[in-house]
Parts: sequence; C-alpha cells; structure tokens
Amino acid sequence: MSAVTTTHLAEDSHGAAQVKRIWKAFWILLILTVIELALGLTVYYIDLGPDPSKAIVLGIKGVICILTLAKAFYILSIFMHLADEIRNLVMTLAMPALIFIWFIFVFIFDGNSFRNLRNTDAGSRKYIKQEQPHITPAMKEGEKN
Amino acid sequence: METALARTKPDLWSGGKSPFNVSYGKLMMWYFLMSDSFTFGAFLISYGSIRFSLNRWVDHNYVFNKFPFTEANLPLAFVSLMTFILIFSSVTMVLAVHEGHRMNQKGVEKWMVLTILGGLAFLGCQAWEWTHLITSQHKVLVDGTIQYWGTTTSHNPWGPHVMYNGELVATPGPVAFGGYFFGITGFHGFHVFSGVVINTVMLIKTRLGHFQKRGHYEMIEKAGLYWHFVDLVWVFVFLCFYLI
Repeated sequence: MSAVTTTHLAEDSHGAAQVKRIWKAFWILLILTVIELALGLTVYYIDLGPDPSKAIVLGIKGVICILTLAKAFYILSIFMHLADEIRNLVMTLAMPALIFIWFIFVFIFDGNSFRNLRNTDAGSRKYIKQEQPHITPAMKEGEKN
Repeated sequence: METALARTKPDLWSGGKSPFNVSYGKLMMWYFLMSDSFTFGAFLISYGSIRFSLNRWVDHNYVFNKFPFTEANLPLAFVSLMTFILIFSSVTMVLAVHEGHRMNQKGVEKWMVLTILGGLAFLGCQAWEWTHLITSQHKVLVDGTIQYWGTTTSHNPWGPHVMYNGELVATPGPVAFGGYFFGITGFHGFHVFSGVVINTVMLIKTRLGHFQKRGHYEMIEKAGLYWHFVDLVWVFVFLCFYLI
C-alpha cells in the first residue's frame, strides 16, 4: 500500500527557517490588509467631499484589487505550501483557474450590456442620466438604528 | 538494461511513485478546493454582473459602519477585525501543520486549539453582523409612505435619498444586494463552520494520539489546506462586498 512515496517538504524546511517564513507571510498579509483598509477609508473620505472624482476612486479600487491578488498569492504559496509542490501539480491547478480571466471579463461586460439595454429600452430610446443629489454622511446622520 | 535517458530524466508516470509528489488524499483535497473555488467564483462573478447591470448599488461604507457596543460611525472597522481574526487563525493553522511535520503532538494540539478559537470568533462576529443588519430599522420612503426596514433578502433600505417633508429620506435600493450578501457570506460562513468541525475532529484525533501512532500528521495538512482556502475565499469576499 505504502509503496507510493511522497516527500513533501525538504528537510531543512522543518526547522526554524520555515517558522520564520510563516510569520513573515503573516506580517506581509497584515500589512497588505492595513493598506487596503487605508485605501478603503480614503475612498470613504473622497466620497465625503463636495465633488468626488470618479476616476481617482476607480483607480484606488483597482489598486485594492491588485493588493488582494497579492494576498491570495501569499496564502496559496506560503500557507498552503503550493510554492513547495512540483510544477506539474501547480499547473493542473493553475490552468483550469485561468478560465476565471475570461469569466470575469465576459460577465462584467455582459452586466454592462444589460444596463445599457435597460436604460435605453433595448436601444429604442436615448438614455438621459438623472443626476442624483450627492449625499454626504452629515446629511444622513439623522438616520437612527 | 538501464538507459542513460532514464537516469537523467526521471519518468514521473512509469508508476511506483506519485507523479505529483503528493499523496492521493492531498491531491484530491487540492482538486476539491479548485472545484469549490469555481463555486465561489461563480457566485462572486454573478454578483459583479448584476452590480454592473444596475445604475446604482448600495454604498458599503454606510451599510457596514457599526461596531458592537458603540453607536459611532465606523466604516470598515468591524469587518477588518473579522479579517484579522481569520488571517491570524490561518497562521496558527500553518504552525500546527509545521509542528505536525516535526511530530510534536503537544505543539499540534496548542495551535489547533487556537485555530478553532479563531474560527469560532469569526463565526461569532458574523452572527453579530447578520443580526445587526436584519434587525436594525431604517427609515425608507416606500410608495409615498414612511416605513422602517431592516436589510434582508427581500428588503433593501439603502437606496438613493430623496427630499420628503423637508428631510432627506432613503428609498428602496436593489433587492439583489441582500440576496447576494447573505447568500455569499452565508456560504462562506458555512465553510468556516464546517472547517471548525473538521479542525475539532482533527484536534480530538491528535489528542488520542492517532497521528502519532500512524507516523505522520498528513490529516492535519489536509484540514489545513481546507482552512487556508476558507481564508483565501474571505480575501475575495472582503474585496467584493466591503472594499469596492
């Protein structure tokens, strides 16, 4: 039964170096999360302003997405030890996951298309954007739980 | 006759050893997690698609701005606590796996207990957040009358504000928000719950010395893969619902 042998981690990775690597990954994840929170709060305070710039907010959200991918990379490679596995295994997991790239783009564009169809009655009329008053939290504060 | 080729280029697929250098159980855990990531991915992408199809969504900084025992306006605070709890319990899990490699039963037990406590703390936070969202009442203008709504799968009090009797009042927001939020965080919470159950079983087996007798702690590794995956999914749930 046990003829199939596996040697998961190299011998030296059982020692203090591995523990150090784990804690380093933890601190990286913590710092990335704190940066994400800082950027999230930046978006919140930009929205508080009288005329928030949509482009800047979108840019910050893009940066948050990239930081999230970095976090996912650290969790997969260090915590789940995927970086220590052999290439063949990593590829059998990574190749199917590539479909997400297509998946995300197509469905986001699809959603956008739905919105256009909805706003124009399937293209039969022009869409006139209704400006909503910009609500600052000060005006919302009357709301009680 | 041994050929030179066989010695220089090991044939991974000729049998006798695992071509991926992992055990069957761990390989299948990886493939299960991959399929699970497609489930979560489908949920989140569907959420993104619906969000893009609407002119307005809710502003998460107003929906998730409360913290237990205070009335202060604290956007992002509670969910960051939940995120830190989950990251920390991920670290304790990987340290338990590490102690397992060293065949240190006491070390595995210690870190597994901390991991389970982290999981329970996360579930407690989620229970509080759900209760708060569902039970807190918000003033909403519905068909010309003022009503008080909680956030549920059928009611969304976070729509755009309008002037009504000289004050700004919210109108109903997209109903899809509640469905996606409770559906996806609930599905993730259920994963956390089952992870806690699995980890508890692993802790009991460790205490009973089953893995010590077996000669390896691979079951802890497999449970660890699942637990880290739960953390990995949370990273994306956190992104989609609370940050963007």
